[in-house]
Amino acid sequence: MDAGPTNPSLTNDLHTQPMEIQMGPSHPSTHGTVKITLKLDGERILDSEVEVGYLHRGFEKECESGEWYQAIPYTDRLNYASPMINNVGYCLAAEKLFGVEAPPRAQYLRTIASELSRMADHFTCIGASALELAALTPFLYCVQAREQIYDLHESLCGARVTTNYVRIGGLQSDLQPGFAELCREKVAAALTLFGDVDELLTKNPIFRERMEGTGTLPADALIAYGVTGPLLRAAGVGFDVRRAEPYLVYDRLDFEVPVGSRGDNYDRYLVRFEELRQSARIIEQALRDLPDGPVDLDDPRFRWPAKGKVFNRMEELIDQFKLVTEGMRPPAGEVYQAVEGANGELGFYLVSNGTGKPWKCRCRAPSFSNTQALRDMIQGALLADVVPTFDMVNMIGGECDR
Amino acid sequence: MSDGEQAPSAAPAAEPAVLARLRVRFPDAIVGTHAYRGDATAEITPAALLDVCTFLRDDPGLRFDFLADVTAVDYLGSMPRFELVYHLRSIVQGHRVRVKTRVSEESPRVASVTSVWRGANWLERETYDMYGIVFEGHPDLRRIYLYEEFQGYPLRKDYPKEKRQPLVTVRDVAPEQGERTVAREQQRYGRWPD
Repeated sequence: MDAGPTNPSLTNDLHTQPMEIQMGPSHPSTHGTVKITLKLDGERILDSEVEVGYLHRGFEKECESGEWYQAIPYTDRLNYASPMINNVGYCLAAEKLFGVEAPPRAQYLRTIASELSRMADHFTCIGASALELAALTPFLYCVQAREQIYDLHESLCGARVTTNYVRIGGLQSDLQPGFAELCREKVAAALTLFGDVDELLTKNPIFRERMEGTGTLPADALIAYGVTGPLLRAAGVGFDVRRAEPYLVYDRLDFEVPVGSRGDNYDRYLVRFEELRQSARIIEQALRDLPDGPVDLDDPRFRWPAKGKVFNRMEELIDQFKLVTEGMRPPAGEVYQAVEGANGELGFYLVSNGTGKPWKCRCRAPSFSNTQALRDMIQGALLADVVPTFDMVNMIGGECDR
Repeated sequence: MSDGEQAPSAAPAAEPAVLARLRVRFPDAIVGTHAYRGDATAEITPAALLDVCTFLRDDPGLRFDFLADVTAVDYLGSMPRFELVYHLRSIVQGHRVRVKTRVSEESPRVASVTSVWRGANWLERETYDMYGIVFEGHPDLRRIYLYEEFQGYPLRKDYPKEKRQPLVTVRDVAPEQGERTVAREQQRYGRWPD
């Protein structure tokens, strides 16, 4: 039998049907519970659909049924990788609505807490990405580094993940003695661990091959989708809320906003990498400049008095009683306050009708808009590119689904 | 925070430049403006929404290229009942504006802005899911967080927080063996985007 090149069954293209596969909701690389339905031609992605909502818990409805300060613990559960930033964002929005401002010491401590959370978030993101690209060791180092940050969370507020640290008009508590030394020591330890991750990953050819040139989307498409944060900065747009619309004390601190040029996954990794170092710089400067003074606003309409006074004095006891039972009374109105979350612009839109409960408490979650762009990022790519792209989008289910 | 405790009011003297420009371009569409706590806000008629949004994005002096958020507020008891809220920012020029428009309970319909900003797609789906507001011209308007059988719209003020939903029964499967899998998947996971 002649089975040479003239045989049509060998020269014709192999005929295949597009195949549909479900990735998630509990695929090992879809941490945060999301489902991607892929339509594949071989390994090439013809089309995809991203479905979110598996972690929807009715954040807004819960906030509307409680008093203003009772929403703060719910904000921890939005982006649970960087809970402090959510606390800060909500309290800044509420303070803008109330027309009050926390004392300078509280502003500095909030800045430190935000940057610690940003570091924890980037450690999680980079560690999980490495893990899903089959590099287990950097993941362990990153988790170890994140533990250092969680030790600092614990020193600040007693909790490691669900912090509930910031209050409207102040903070839950002032610093423990020796926090500054502990903070310098732990941040240095985390960066040392992270230096090992750098050596293992940044120039690793296997890692780079998976990351370089994948998941690319031009800057104008990202902006049209409402993508912000490291994803947008990796594409060359230097939009960072800390720099563009400074809040807290960011305008008094010296830091850089790293931007990439190609907008691929590798640039996103490098941008997060550099942001970690900048966060450490910010923390060091904030510790150096940290002023003395109270952390709480001295105004019984918004912040209840210290416990020592409440238990020993009549007026303060009444103040606390009134504040807990009736709640704070902001003027009627609406505000929007944006902060730079670990994944982009985190905004809170609050509407008050003058009563003790929020009429509307909306969270503009960066993960939600970022995940929306995932479909375009993986269009026409290989199946294997979904994993690093999804990792670098860093969708956090609690924040995306609220 | 310099605006103090004053309630929203139209203040032509200290009006932000964005609002002044809108007022000149769309004198009939503007229902009211305010800058409470420094947030420039324009309330417009629903019919003019698409024109205003296109103008805001394309005008060389404004260039609102970034749609931060779309949501709604339920003012139960007042007429019209729902207010749609759009938060915009210009990445290039660095200013923000909030655009609002009111729609009634009887006809909660408004034009979709997905043709202006692609990112409006999921945000409008979420608003539809939570408030039942129909965005006309949206390419794929269906629930995003909740499931198809969910009854009611949970963020409306007349939806009780403790309300329970009926259990979902088994969905029908197409009888033909060949189309069975596809039909089941489509029913369970929704249809493909076109």
